[in-house]
Amino acid sequence: MRKKDIIAMLLAGGQGSRLGILSKTKAKPAVPFGGKYRIIDFTLSNCVNSGIDTVGILTQYQPLILNRHIGIGIPWDLDRSNGGATILAPHLKGTQGEWYSGTANAIYQNISYIDSYNPEYVLVISGDHIYKMDYSKMLEYHQEKNCDATIAVLEVDWNEANRFGIMNTDENDKIFEFEEKPKNPKNNLASMGIYIFTWEKLRQALIDDNKIHQDSDFGKHIIPAMLDSNQNLYAYRFDSYWKDVGTIESYWSANMELVKALPNFNLYEDFWKIYTCVDHQVPEYIGDTADINTCIISEGCEIYGQVYNCVLGYNVVVEEGTFLKDSIVMANSIIKKNSVLDRCIIDENVTIGENVKIGVGDNIANVLEPKIYNTGISVIGENSFVPDNVTIGKNCVVFGDELNFQNNCLESGQSLIMDKVKL
Amino acid sequence: MKAIGIILAGGNNEKLELLTANRAAAAMPIGSCYRALDFTLSNMSNSGINKVSVITQYNSRSLHNHLTSAKWWNLGSKYGGLFVFSPYLSNNNSFWFRGTADAIYQNLLFLTRSNEPYVIIGSGNSVYKMDYEEAFDFHVESKADITIITKEAQNENLHDYGVVKIDENNRLIDFEEKPIEPQSNIISLGIYIISRTLLINLLESILPQGRYNFVEDIIVRYRKKLNIMTYKFNGYWKNINCIKSYYDANMDFLDKNIRDLFTKQYPFIETKPRDEAPPKYNIGAKIKNCLIGSGSIMNGYAEHSVLFCKVFTGENTSIKNSIVMDKSYIGNNCVVENAIIDKEVILSDGKKIIGSPDKPIIISKNTVL
Repeated sequence: MRKKDIIAMLLAGGQGSRLGILSKTKAKPAVPFGGKYRIIDFTLSNCVNSGIDTVGILTQYQPLILNRHIGIGIPWDLDRSNGGATILAPHLKGTQGEWYSGTANAIYQNISYIDSYNPEYVLVISGDHIYKMDYSKMLEYHQEKNCDATIAVLEVDWNEANRFGIMNTDENDKIFEFEEKPKNPKNNLASMGIYIFTWEKLRQALIDDNKIHQDSDFGKHIIPAMLDSNQNLYAYRFDSYWKDVGTIESYWSANMELVKALPNFNLYEDFWKIYTCVDHQVPEYIGDTADINTCIISEGCEIYGQVYNCVLGYNVVVEEGTFLKDSIVMANSIIKKNSVLDRCIIDENVTIGENVKIGVGDNIANVLEPKIYNTGISVIGENSFVPDNVTIGKNCVVFGDELNFQNNCLESGQSLIMDKVKL
Repeated sequence: MKAIGIILAGGNNEKLELLTANRAAAAMPIGSCYRALDFTLSNMSNSGINKVSVITQYNSRSLHNHLTSAKWWNLGSKYGGLFVFSPYLSNNNSFWFRGTADAIYQNLLFLTRSNEPYVIIGSGNSVYKMDYEEAFDFHVESKADITIITKEAQNENLHDYGVVKIDENNRLIDFEEKPIEPQSNIISLGIYIISRTLLINLLESILPQGRYNFVEDIIVRYRKKLNIMTYKFNGYWKNINCIKSYYDANMDFLDKNIRDLFTKQYPFIETKPRDEAPPKYNIGAKIKNCLIGSGSIMNGYAEHSVLFCKVFTGENTSIKNSIVMDKSYIGNNCVVENAIIDKEVILSDGKKIIGSPDKPIIISKNTVL
């Protein structure tokens, strides 16, 4: 292989368990966002827009949709004969198979992939966040400061600093200590989970740490070990939009933010495009009976109803007389006539029957998963079928294609989940 | 399918007026995200043809721009591929393509170096979906020398087409190009199936005689000598040959049956992807019966119109019965009715562009008003 200056390792195996049913059938990076995109599109597009043409994508949890989405990397121009996109799944070595047991362990298990490009630097990122960042500028900073590792950081509110991994730095932003979720934070620079390493140094650190920790992790083990051995670690400040859409509420509000007249995160600029995989470029149709405003509606949709303050994915059909408000509807879902949906998330390939009401009643937290569903948002999982005339309350979870709604009703805070649905 | 494809996309059509000032007819934007060429190109690819050449000449830049990669039409393969031929200079030839037959003849190597026994020739400026396989089987079974795909004219003006007269076995009896007094209502769609060696032989015999046109010099001239069959196509077909048919072809996409034929029913019409964000509808947007393209931002009213990619409409602006092409910016308080707004037009606040229902007004590319 021709030598590469820098390659990227993209961690895409995370479950995102706080996304509840949305990440039941797909890894968090594969969860749709902003209508036509999936979360991983933002980091993948950042890579190619920053001039990185070799990306190893590490998958583990529910990789099917992710694999299909990435394919050979065509939408990102990562279908290349030297480099490009490579899916790196856990695999058998010798006689034993081994899962990726930690973020650094995943990279450790793929040292030979990285070695084959003999890079000077390795960018380690995760496919979990929504942001636009020019990694080439971070690399310049890394080279300028002669770093062994550079960690992108975000200034957070002091009273929120205890929720993050905090970098304690000197006046030149040189890191002297890393604290995971400190009770009494000494600094407010939170790690964004974006690292540039000088490969030679990272390689050694991974090999050394693997002897000690079975579940080698960047935050917990690698960074502290590099600090202990007096290596040169710097914080790289980032001050633009960055969102971890890790909970139902943050996922919903980050989507809703996009429909504002002037959103903080701009999808419409030409110089930093976000690329995604779409089956076919198709037009979208807004019908005679439609009334829509303050929304994002993706290509292939057919809208005949009222849609306000919503984000709709590819090929969504909203039939006549249906009223959608403050909701997210993902690709290929159909909402039939005269239904009313308020504050809900409809996953991909869902069919909602006629005269269905979702999001009515009191805001009672979900009984089974009160920590996940508690802000009034009801979620309908992938491939589900909700029959005609059903009424669903707030904080409900529905998943399945042969569901039995008693009295055509699901009270607020209740769940109706089948183990399996046909794909 | 054991055939290679040739798409004739080099022509101009004066009846498209200003719209083809900077583009070939085959590059005309259709249905919010397609180019006219996409239809024949996708049909060929979807019919299992994996070696296709597109012959360009007039305003070829617009087509080359569209055909920067073959992979969107699944033609990015080693054993086949997409070939784009434009006129070129060489020691013994300094001519433009003097006609359709000459255009193929000047690229004869494409034919001689192929092994597939048949050639399907189509034009790049028709909107339709067709599986050539059925016509191909008919051609082989009927042992025809040439098969012409035809249809019964409906709204088409017979004076603009090749009109065919056939017998009860669908054999061609007569062919008149753009007749003054048409003898039938069956028109040629400009799609032909012919064996590769016969095509080579015909070209090699007519070109030295200074005959350069496929229709006049092969179909019409050999109509009695060769066994020419016709195969009737019954689906939706629209030729982009004048402002009216261009306007109608776009407005046809507002009809669910026609739109679904191209966008929802397998196989699909493919085009170069745009990578634009999904369209956004702001607080003042009110849209009725419209196609909206990727990356558009709508603040105003639009009805019975086809909008392409990255169109911006301002507040209190009204667009009716119009086509607005890529990247056009329509400011606040504008009125656009019965108009075709070409690409990258800027209408400043308060402009009124009003055409008549019979003849839409055309605002040409890059106009700033």
